[in-house]
Amino acid sequence: MNIYGIRAIYRFEMARTFRTLWESIAAPVLTTSLYFIVFGKAIGSRMGDIDSISYGAFIIPGLIMLNLLNESISNASFGIYMPKWSGTIYELLSAPVSWVEVLIGYVGAAATKSVLLGLLILGTARIFVPYEIVHPFWMIAFLLLTAVTFSLFGFIIGLWADSFQKLQVIPMLVVTPLTFLGGAFYSINMLPPLWQKITLFNPVVYLISGFRWSFYGVADVHVAVSLGMTFGFLIICLAFVGWVFKTGYKIRS
Amino acid sequence: MIADKPTPIISVLGVNKIYADGFQALKKINLEIKRGEIFALLGPNGAGKTTLINIICGIVKATSGTIIADGHDTVRDYRTVRAIIGLVPQELHTDSFESVWATIKFSRGLFGKAPNSAYLEKVLRDLSLWDKRDQKIMTLSGGMKRRVLIAKALAHEPTILFLDEPSAGVDVELRHDMWRMVRKLRAQGTTIILTTHYIEEAEDMADRIGIINKGELIIVEDKEVLMQKLGKKQLTLTLRQAMMNIPAELSAWPLVLSNDGLVLVYSFNAQEEESGIAALLSKLGEHDIEFKDLRTSESSLEDIFVSLVHQPMG
Repeated sequence: MNIYGIRAIYRFEMARTFRTLWESIAAPVLTTSLYFIVFGKAIGSRMGDIDSISYGAFIIPGLIMLNLLNESISNASFGIYMPKWSGTIYELLSAPVSWVEVLIGYVGAAATKSVLLGLLILGTARIFVPYEIVHPFWMIAFLLLTAVTFSLFGFIIGLWADSFQKLQVIPMLVVTPLTFLGGAFYSINMLPPLWQKITLFNPVVYLISGFRWSFYGVADVHVAVSLGMTFGFLIICLAFVGWVFKTGYKIRS
Repeated sequence: MIADKPTPIISVLGVNKIYADGFQALKKINLEIKRGEIFALLGPNGAGKTTLINIICGIVKATSGTIIADGHDTVRDYRTVRAIIGLVPQELHTDSFESVWATIKFSRGLFGKAPNSAYLEKVLRDLSLWDKRDQKIMTLSGGMKRRVLIAKALAHEPTILFLDEPSAGVDVELRHDMWRMVRKLRAQGTTIILTTHYIEEAEDMADRIGIINKGELIIVEDKEVLMQKLGKKQLTLTLRQAMMNIPAELSAWPLVLSNDGLVLVYSFNAQEEESGIAALLSKLGEHDIEFKDLRTSESSLEDIFVSLVHQPMG
């Protein structure tokens, strides 16, 4: 195991984060604060409780998940796309590092950053809404699992993309709509019966539901199903990355 | 008793490369690089130089064939092999937003070496980069960026160094600095493989030369031997009086007379034991052909390169 190699990639990526601290941390925190002001305070104050949870508190797990997914994907995809774009990937390809080590470095850094951001949003939420976390262990577990899974997904997007436009197309056209429709701002029980069924095909429903369960002990779908679905997506991503590394697809000519 | 042939540091064995679009970039390349030598790989654009280097370094996959570096298969034992190889690529690929110090620290770590600030400082000082260590790479000139790439390649103390067109776009001062450094590295035991467009550089620097054209290695030879074997010498005589044509008695020599009849040129192979000059001169004396000037010249590596590339050896 090339520990120094992993450390070099991880530190390099984290340094990039701190170099762009304003964009990386401040912007999502500001956006989330706006959500709390608009949905939590202004609109939320006119809405009734959902599953005995105030609307402001109800949207916290969904908002964290929204940021977690977007940040994990964008961090990891940008991290591996940049060396491809600038040509510095020659160094990675000629270095004595295995792809597992490369993956640990890039995905580890992307996940670290999004977990830190998630915790920061959680702290920001405290300013606006009182909340409690019933299952803190599972909250952290869901946070880590989702961050790693979607950083892996972002890494795949970064490998696949050959332009900055492609880098943004999946997060914008797929992930954001799925998150909004995945119960970030509502319980799926509020949907008409047919849509309740259709929405179960949206994987983000399981992530948000499981995460919300760790906060308030209530969930749209059983927590074990949420956990299973998240692990399932993680395994799909790992299998795909394994295939990419084996064939050299889009990396090694 | 026959002395054991020293083991080459790199053996390229039957390497082929066919790209996805069907273009064959390398055709059954066999090449041995000797330990501690400076080997220059010459060839026109698109000949396959960079492809060959990239295959050895692990950036491009060979379609078939094997490469052994320091006793290890470059694919199977890629960790061991890559840890001892440094590569300075042709293009100026740099992390623009990083500082010089951060980028070389990154390179050392990536190649699996424990931090060693003293060594990195020495590398930067040798390349006159120490004063620029905190500067972002994007603020440096092209020549300085080239130095940064060399520093990155040396950061993990490689014993084999590839320099792919290191002189491209580099000013004279840096080129001299760079070659001084290359000689120093060689003196320390580093094997250096370089490609260059400046053939006089290869002539000046290299111990051995390989010429590659259209994916085929057409010759690999000691520089001196190559120049002697394939080089041509010329004797140019400036005559006192113009000649209308070359007398029949001189037909034994392949002579060429200039249009004005005042210059007589005799070309001969450098490796021939008997140049025939003495006999020619005495023949000229016998026929009262006087000359007022005489000079000899020999072909440069560039002449040899051009003749090889345009008329491939059968």
